[in-house]
Amino acid sequence: MVTTQNQAAPVPRAPAPPAERPRRRPRATSGTGRLAALLVSPTLLVLTVVVLYPTLVALKDSLYGTPGLNPKTGFVNESDPFVGLQNYGAIFGAAGARFWNAFWNTTFLTVTTVALETVIGIAMALIMHRAFQGRALVRASILVPWAIPTAVSGLLWRWIFNSNGVANALTGQHILWTTEGFHAKLAVIIADVWKTAPFIGLLVLAGLQVISKEVYEAARIDGAGALRQFWNITLPLVKPALLVAVLFRTLDALRMFDLPYILIGAKKTSVETLSMLAQDQAANVRFGPAAAYAVILFVYVFLIALAFVRLLGADVLGDDGPARTRRRWLPRRRTEVAA
Amino acid sequence: MTLSPKLRKWLLYAGVAAVVAYCLAPFYWMLVSSLRRTSDIFANSPFPTRLSFENYLAVLDPSESFTRALLNSLVVAGTTTAVALVLATFTAYAMARLEFRLKRLVLTLIIATSMFPVVSLVVPLLKMFVDFGWINSYQAMIVPSMSFTLPLAVWNLTAFFRQMPDELEHAAMVDGCTRGQAFRKIIIPLAAPGMFTTAIITFIAAWNEFLIALSMTNKPEMQTAPVAISTFSGASQFETPFGSQMAAGVLVTVPLVIMVLLFQRRIVAGLTAGAAK
Repeated sequence: MVTTQNQAAPVPRAPAPPAERPRRRPRATSGTGRLAALLVSPTLLVLTVVVLYPTLVALKDSLYGTPGLNPKTGFVNESDPFVGLQNYGAIFGAAGARFWNAFWNTTFLTVTTVALETVIGIAMALIMHRAFQGRALVRASILVPWAIPTAVSGLLWRWIFNSNGVANALTGQHILWTTEGFHAKLAVIIADVWKTAPFIGLLVLAGLQVISKEVYEAARIDGAGALRQFWNITLPLVKPALLVAVLFRTLDALRMFDLPYILIGAKKTSVETLSMLAQDQAANVRFGPAAAYAVILFVYVFLIALAFVRLLGADVLGDDGPARTRRRWLPRRRTEVAA
Repeated sequence: MTLSPKLRKWLLYAGVAAVVAYCLAPFYWMLVSSLRRTSDIFANSPFPTRLSFENYLAVLDPSESFTRALLNSLVVAGTTTAVALVLATFTAYAMARLEFRLKRLVLTLIIATSMFPVVSLVVPLLKMFVDFGWINSYQAMIVPSMSFTLPLAVWNLTAFFRQMPDELEHAAMVDGCTRGQAFRKIIIPLAAPGMFTTAIITFIAAWNEFLIALSMTNKPEMQTAPVAISTFSGASQFETPFGSQMAAGVLVTVPLVIMVLLFQRRIVAGLTAGAAK
């Protein structure tokens, strides 16, 4: 790719091609469009194949039914029958109970985990921001929950929440956490918050470190107490970083799959999420309904993302052309957590 | 604040200790449990009464094919990372350095991709790969993994490229380098630390992937490590082999924890540059 680009670039001593069109004034940016297209196209091509195309196929598939009424017989016909909006109709009608349960589970888990993670994450960030000694230790330890595969953390928490496990031993309870019921939801929430609160803490910490100390000094001179400083200075200034972090956590929580799947199990009413429902349908070769569930989840995720960007003004791109880039460049250098 | 400086200092230490304990206690529990004998796996003492490696021996037993799963994970996550990194380097350079039309649209598209629910991609891809006869193949896991690793890598690298001063490149171009040469000879060597960081983050993301690997395989010998341990039955069929599961969990996690310990500064820089803005 680089060689192609080299050939395309003007070489000073090469004889000019005879029939060249009158050249425009050469600028520093001349020819960048083609170069950019060349550099960007492989990524776009791959994303088209693995994201755009499957999405379109999912939309199409969601309009097709499952061949045969009993998929358990294992007979799969050559082609799926076209059923129009029947899959969607079933979701909001006959199969509605399971769908709505999964929908509310997804929403409930997302709201509770993200709220808890945000609160705990901010608290962690405030502590870490003050700490000067042992910073490397803290930084390394908050990365551990993030680095542990969700599948492994699911197993780990299943072990902790075992009926004879350490959770019951420590609290003196005898709860069967990983069976159906509200405690199953609670187990998923605790495990998810453990894994991701440190991550929010990390991102908020990065946001905190950009705030200059002078702002606090001024506030102190004006007589603002600690709580007031936090509410009126820290929170507004850290809001852009926090908003993006919360948006990403929210979208991640909406597609939650591994944790409830491993911690509690597949097809458990208490914790079945939309992702689990769609995967379960696909695993049973009911591609049509699976696609319909996936499309609904996709629309849900899209609407939430749109709400974040439009209503709350989350600056996901962080780039509004060259001027903005330059302005944001300076503070960003300092976001690296100091040793 | 009315608190005395000494008290504040102690409160801060307590806070730091709480954060560290919160993050590490469950991981420590996994480690301790994996080192217990099967007979005292339900003991709740903070240290193993008798150190034993029997769980590790059980997991690494050839009949368990867990080593094969680790190898599969390495192949899938390694290839995914390598491909994503190469493609993302080109794209991120264009994003950070070149002005072109539709740049904002491209960036929006790439970021939007990373927000996709993986399940809505897996269902059609699964169907497609069934037709290709690709199920239980490495490519069936690597290709869908691009959907989240590639945006992640592009985003991270864009942040790194933006941090490098423009002047270096301009100087090189004034000295007669083409843009391509400036990119190859100046930018790539300078960006090496950023690329390395991005590679680690991408690798961890790919290594931890579960849904794609679960959907695209039904043969135990093609499963990746996270999928393999989730279906881990151990020696006995009648009770959950928690000891072996914890040992397997430790084995899957330890490479990542070592990476995190070694490169914590860089990983934090990468994560916050890519995500916190």
